[in-house]
Amino acid sequence: MAASETSKETILRYAFGNVLSFFILVLIGVLAFSIRLFSVIKYESVIHEFDPYFNYRVTQYLTKNGIYDFWNWFDDRTWYPLGRVIGGTVYPGLTLTAGTIWWLLSSLNIPLSVETVCVFTAPIFSAFASWATYLLTKEVKGAGAGLMAAALLAMVPSYISRSVAGSYDNEAVAIFALIFTFYLYIKTLNTGSLFYATLNAIAYFYMVCSWGGYTFIINLIPMHVLLCIVTVMTSEHFASFLVFIIIHVVALVYYIKGILSPKMFKVAVTFVVSIGVVVCGAVLAVLIALVASSPTKGWSGRSLSLLDPTYASKYIPIIASVSEHQPPTWPSYFMDINVLAFLVPAGIIACFSPLSDASSFVILYIVTSVYFSGVMVRLMLVLAPAACIMSGIALSAAFDVFTRSIKFQLPGATENSERDAGETSSNSVVAQNDVAKTEKNEDAVKERPSKKNRKKEKEKENVEKPSVKSQIKKKLLILPLEASIIAIFLLVLLGAFYVVHCVWAAAEAYSAPSIVLTSHSQDGLHVFDDFREAYAWLSHNTEVDDKVASWWDYGYQTTAMANRTVIVDNNTWNNTHIATVGTAMSSPEKAAWEIFNSLDVKYVLVVFGGLVGYPSDDINKFLWMVRIGGGVFPHIKEPDYLRDGQYRIDSQATPTMLNCLMYKLSYYRFVETDGKAFDRVRRTEIGKKYFKLTHFEEVFTTHHWMVRIYKLKPPKNRIRGRAKKSKSKASSTTGTKRIGTKKKNPWH
Amino acid sequence: MRSASEHDKVEGFPVHFALNLVLVSSESRSKVLLAMARSTSKDAQALLHSFRSAYAATPTNLKIIDLYVGFAVFTALIQIAYIAIVGSFPFNAFLSGLLSCIGTAVLAVCLRIQVNRENKEFKDLPPERAFADFVLCNLVLHLVIMNFLG
Repeated sequence: MAASETSKETILRYAFGNVLSFFILVLIGVLAFSIRLFSVIKYESVIHEFDPYFNYRVTQYLTKNGIYDFWNWFDDRTWYPLGRVIGGTVYPGLTLTAGTIWWLLSSLNIPLSVETVCVFTAPIFSAFASWATYLLTKEVKGAGAGLMAAALLAMVPSYISRSVAGSYDNEAVAIFALIFTFYLYIKTLNTGSLFYATLNAIAYFYMVCSWGGYTFIINLIPMHVLLCIVTVMTSEHFASFLVFIIIHVVALVYYIKGILSPKMFKVAVTFVVSIGVVVCGAVLAVLIALVASSPTKGWSGRSLSLLDPTYASKYIPIIASVSEHQPPTWPSYFMDINVLAFLVPAGIIACFSPLSDASSFVILYIVTSVYFSGVMVRLMLVLAPAACIMSGIALSAAFDVFTRSIKFQLPGATENSERDAGETSSNSVVAQNDVAKTEKNEDAVKERPSKKNRKKEKEKENVEKPSVKSQIKKKLLILPLEASIIAIFLLVLLGAFYVVHCVWAAAEAYSAPSIVLTSHSQDGLHVFDDFREAYAWLSHNTEVDDKVASWWDYGYQTTAMANRTVIVDNNTWNNTHIATVGTAMSSPEKAAWEIFNSLDVKYVLVVFGGLVGYPSDDINKFLWMVRIGGGVFPHIKEPDYLRDGQYRIDSQATPTMLNCLMYKLSYYRFVETDGKAFDRVRRTEIGKKYFKLTHFEEVFTTHHWMVRIYKLKPPKNRIRGRAKKSKSKASSTTGTKRIGTKKKNPWH
Repeated sequence: MRSASEHDKVEGFPVHFALNLVLVSSESRSKVLLAMARSTSKDAQALLHSFRSAYAATPTNLKIIDLYVGFAVFTALIQIAYIAIVGSFPFNAFLSGLLSCIGTAVLAVCLRIQVNRENKEFKDLPPERAFADFVLCNLVLHLVIMNFLG
């Protein structure tokens, strides 16, 4: 009677626990979604940054033209005159996901625009990612740790930074695919079922479609399998299997030794050993030959720069120039994962007791992701889920100990302890559903909850009932009552600090759309919408086929918003083409005009922040133009632009710098703004203030002078000879000679 | 020369052989070496026979799966021989053919492990479920292969 009552109570408790977990998960999903909405509230529902504009344009094309046209799309409006095979070079996962969502909604007659779907894809998938983290951590440690880890992932700033509403980039869906793939892998390990293995393969396929970071998975999982094979604890049969083989080999050796003469035995041994060595050597030689035949030993530049962080800066300036490829600073760790940074070691220790396949996998995951995050800021994103899982495990284990201490030391504790002893053994029966509470089970049950163990556990239950009490005394840790109360309070305070930091980071640091800028002044909020102003001007005032040249940062935005053909864009797949544009920007006006004319360019776009103090303008990026251009065209030498090792634009600037196209296009008529031409970003007055443009004419400058558009002047009909200083018309002979020299292509 | 049968050779040989060693002289050492080679081959035959008798004891369904694995590996070897002789164009087709063979062999090995009644780890898994998993995985594998054939 009492037993059935207590079992009924436990069933009720488990039911209550299940329902509570379900509601907590729903709330976590809502939290993950809403914390990413700050940019929509503060600015508007707009796509951010640069790369998302490309994905948005591709999604627009997909929704308008269907999947076959998308798959075979050759885009002739970028990388003029080369074009780009978008169908073959894009990661289709994100685009297909958003396209499917839009198609589903529109077939249900819910009219959402493609832009809205794109903007809100990332928050939705971050909710999915936190649910996947719950599932993964539950497989590793149990439901309590799972809920903790899911709550931490919903808010971690590193993940928020790449998945705010509007950041329509590959990582938005890829992180969900990563965590889900890992969950299915652990589930396959734990259950041994081929069905989960199939699901794992399909989830990995989705990850490969979405992001280049799939190489992390494909290297991590085999490493873990190797680890499992090497360590004995993984399979209970491994030791017997190994010794079985060893015994047979030893028996065979003894037998043969007994039959043959010592000399023949030595011959046989050398024969076997030499054959083995020859086979291994042959395999190794083939491998080495294959790998050595490729110049970079089979690794791509990006992977090499992951292994050796200094590789890119020495050999490939364009990889080194991308801001996301820089190594992170120490404060950025605290900014991005905050409190989790010192909960992770506690989690690693908690994973060691007991060490199973799943916990060894998570340990391997966090160690490798910590290394890679130290190489590139962008890979802090891969560290975030691992840190959340570890911290969830640590916090859950800590709360376990403290609440158990409090529970067993409360005044009504003595009768509770006996009831709990009885409950522990009956729990082992009911504990086979998914929401098993770990603190009761870690003594009685093995760490592989699966339905097939139910029969085994029922037999164990009767044996375990008398020994459970002693087990409680042996294994459970009880701390003093006051210490546990204070400790719980401090942990809650820690969690509150984490939440406050995450909300602040989401609201202030990571919600800027970077296409719209704001600043607070005495008259209130000032909005800088210069980029969209410039792109709108381009789209309304130029011909459809006009080509626009700018630095590669703005290529995606120009094609998406202004709908004009560009020369280079953010894909940066052709270094020589980018170097051509960089050389043109670093050359004097005439040479730059030649280069742009050979590319059929009509307009040149320059971003200038000197009037308002916008620091990411083209003058600050100029050093990359010089370096990349100089890497391909040797007549651009970086020391020509440096004075004392620094790029200067004031009166101490070199003459090459003062005559280059970027300087002229940025500072043309700048002196008319305040009379002194004070550059607010470089904080100095510029060197050359009064000059005229000979080969370009200014056609548009935005309200705050942030974007300036120039048009190439057409070549003159009649050329003045260089010898004649008077303004008379040029003679025909010099004219033809000039036309001849002018038409000669400087690149041959 | 008489035909060797395993039973008498196994027990009687060591004594016989030791006597031979004592009596032989350096000139007839080559004859002894020949006898050594013959003896090692007979031991290999003994080993093979013991393998065969142990294998005969496995149930029929496992033997069918082993046959299937052998067929898949054999097909893979044929493809590799083809590529060595004729060349690897088109590479996509070669890869998909090879991966199809290897993939289905691996899945069959998994099926064999799960269906083997002597395997304690999978005692509670009904063999029908294992076979259904095998079919599902093969479906997914061949869907991918058909797409990759190009």
